[in-house]
Amino acid sequence: MSLGALEPAAAEPELPVPPGASASPGARVSRATERTMTVVNGDLRLGPRLRALWDNRELLLLFIRTELKVKYKGSVLGFLWSMLNPAMVLGIYWAAFSVIDRGGGIPRFVIWLFAGLLAWNLFNNSAMTSTTVVVGQAGIVKKVAFPRELLALSTVGVAVFLFAIQVGVLIVVMAALGMTPAWAYLADLPLAIVDLIVFTSATAIFLSAVNVYFRDTQHLTEVALMAWFWGTPVVYAYGSIASLVARHPSILFLKYLYLCNPMTPIAMTFQRAIYGKASYVSPAAGNTAHVVTPLLPNLSVGGYALGLVALLVVSVALFLGALVVFGRLEGNFAEEL
Amino acid sequence: MPAAIEIDHLSKQFRLYNEKVSSLKERAIHGGKLTYEPFWALRDVSADINEGETYGILGRNGSGKSTLLKCVAGILKPTSGEVRIRGSLAAMLELGAGFQQELSGRDNIYLNGSLLGLSRAEIARRFDDIVAFAELEQFIDNQVKYYSSGMYVRLGFAVAVNVEPDILLVDEVLAVGDAAFQRKCLDHVRRFQREGRTIVVVSHATDVIRQNCERCMVLSHGNVIAIDEAGEAIRVFLADLLGVGKPEGPGEEGGGNVIAIGTVRTEHTGSGSRPHLYPGESLTVIAEVDSLAEVRDAAATVAIHDDSGELVFASDPDDPATFIELPQGGGVLHFDFPEVPLLDGTYSVSVGVRSLSDTAVYDWKDQEAQFEVANPGRTTGRVRMPVGVSFRVRSTGTTGEVPVVGPTGGPSSEPPLSQAAS
Repeated sequence: MSLGALEPAAAEPELPVPPGASASPGARVSRATERTMTVVNGDLRLGPRLRALWDNRELLLLFIRTELKVKYKGSVLGFLWSMLNPAMVLGIYWAAFSVIDRGGGIPRFVIWLFAGLLAWNLFNNSAMTSTTVVVGQAGIVKKVAFPRELLALSTVGVAVFLFAIQVGVLIVVMAALGMTPAWAYLADLPLAIVDLIVFTSATAIFLSAVNVYFRDTQHLTEVALMAWFWGTPVVYAYGSIASLVARHPSILFLKYLYLCNPMTPIAMTFQRAIYGKASYVSPAAGNTAHVVTPLLPNLSVGGYALGLVALLVVSVALFLGALVVFGRLEGNFAEEL
Repeated sequence: MPAAIEIDHLSKQFRLYNEKVSSLKERAIHGGKLTYEPFWALRDVSADINEGETYGILGRNGSGKSTLLKCVAGILKPTSGEVRIRGSLAAMLELGAGFQQELSGRDNIYLNGSLLGLSRAEIARRFDDIVAFAELEQFIDNQVKYYSSGMYVRLGFAVAVNVEPDILLVDEVLAVGDAAFQRKCLDHVRRFQREGRTIVVVSHATDVIRQNCERCMVLSHGNVIAIDEAGEAIRVFLADLLGVGKPEGPGEEGGGNVIAIGTVRTEHTGSGSRPHLYPGESLTVIAEVDSLAEVRDAAATVAIHDDSGELVFASDPDDPATFIELPQGGGVLHFDFPEVPLLDGTYSVSVGVRSLSDTAVYDWKDQEAQFEVANPGRTTGRVRMPVGVSFRVRSTGTTGEVPVVGPTGGPSSEPPLSQAAS
């Protein structure tokens, strides 16, 4: 029996030799050496990861488009629905505060509310959806290699899109009410928006990774966001906190703690620019002279900008920190899901 | 020649938690302390996969082969070591992974293509090819959720192969779809091979590796136990599966009778030079039998099971050739199979001695010894069946059928293997 000898002969015809492989190996070698080299290892350096995010920006846009399409496919009113939720929130707070509390006395309270909610909604939407985004996309996370941070960033992208629509609605409402923004302070707005996006991205990246390991993060996030909302001057004015602290100097530390909330300076910049006034004057009535009620810190355009620049530094640091955390956790995503 | 993939001392550790804690609440209850056992899914794996090579990774379930593939694909991050990859890489771990049910086929092609690393412009250029390959021209604007599973898989495959990567990683996905589609997939794999692309196939099926791969790595418990030419690697894989060299303890089952079967072993034509036998070779099963008394009315039984426990063969209980007489003291029982017509696989042998006068079984050793068949040829399946081929032209005249191709004298009754070997 020489069956063993049959092996190469039988194997030959079915194993196609690549054309040119034997003829000109040199050509193939040069083709190989000019190829890009990819290295997979446990390395967590930020540089390559940031570059990978940038290289995949097309994929990020596609994720955002997909998310928007999926969200509103099959609903006749489409994007109108996406406006319903913020409109309801706005309506409820407006009704509650202007009827019960006369809006804390703030004139044109609806615009004040709108300005703050605009910033808050972007953060809130993204933080809420980011917790479940990696878990929800387990199918691709387990089977396809791509920078997973893109999933978290796509929730920010969707929130930015909804933000843009709300800005459009706000402009219409303001025009209808005949209100003008504080034109000079609008210059601070782009910086505030950048701060908001960077800070929101950091939060989203962090939460999306943590929720893979601790699935109750999403519930904790919901509760935390509720507390956070009331710790941010949206339905009330920062001025009321400031005057409270002024009357009780012993709780001064609370003011600083309050200002440590990154959402506070962002919301205040939105209010300063859109609402347009840092204080309002109650007209004199009877024997009382007119009273000036402060709403926002009385700072110049540059003053607000300074705070925002400081916040940008902090936000970028948080963003990089979130990437580090994400990088450490993502190594086992495919196993944990 | 530079390697397309260099796997450099790659290790991957998983943590097996004694108690799975997946919420902060539970973790708080445990006081933040979690005990886990480190589990090395891969241990110091190194290999160079050459450009243009079709490379197999063979291992049974849990051997770490899929973990290795995921590390190479970048889906899992290695604990230590690294993988260096030259050229573009696409992994087909699951067809249609990442399809969005709510989106149309068109949108999903863009999404899936982007996930596999194509730019928008590249996808637009290949779009028509992809649709044509998937045979979904009519349905491309329908939502994927209305696709049949066949359409779904076709679309997934069409996108994956049209990425035209330098390196393709395949994880047993070729085993999906109907026969026609499988052929199409295989054709594509063959084309990739001809074009000099590098293909890495992960499988636990030896025939897939044998048919497609030039070289193969064998993994066992996360360790590389062989990197060799496919046939030899398969042999090592089967030997590992079989646990060759495993010490055999004395059998306890069914003992305490007049007749006790001792060790059972197998011998074959190539014994001594190689552990496996080739299809068609002879096999002898040898069993030591102790007998406390003279037994005149006994019958020996032999049965063969495959590695999934399916009975392949059992001897005829009424065959007088199996009737034996045992003197006091016992002896050695031989079962001679002049020819084993089995193909690849690991088989276990059971031996029994029963009484002819009543239903008593003196002793039975269940799946006590193993033997392994390695098929050097490209025949696949379970049994070796010699086949002759002839072709006859359908005649309209009176001359009848005229053989055109084939051995003279019509279909050969001779097995082609022995014909070629002589």
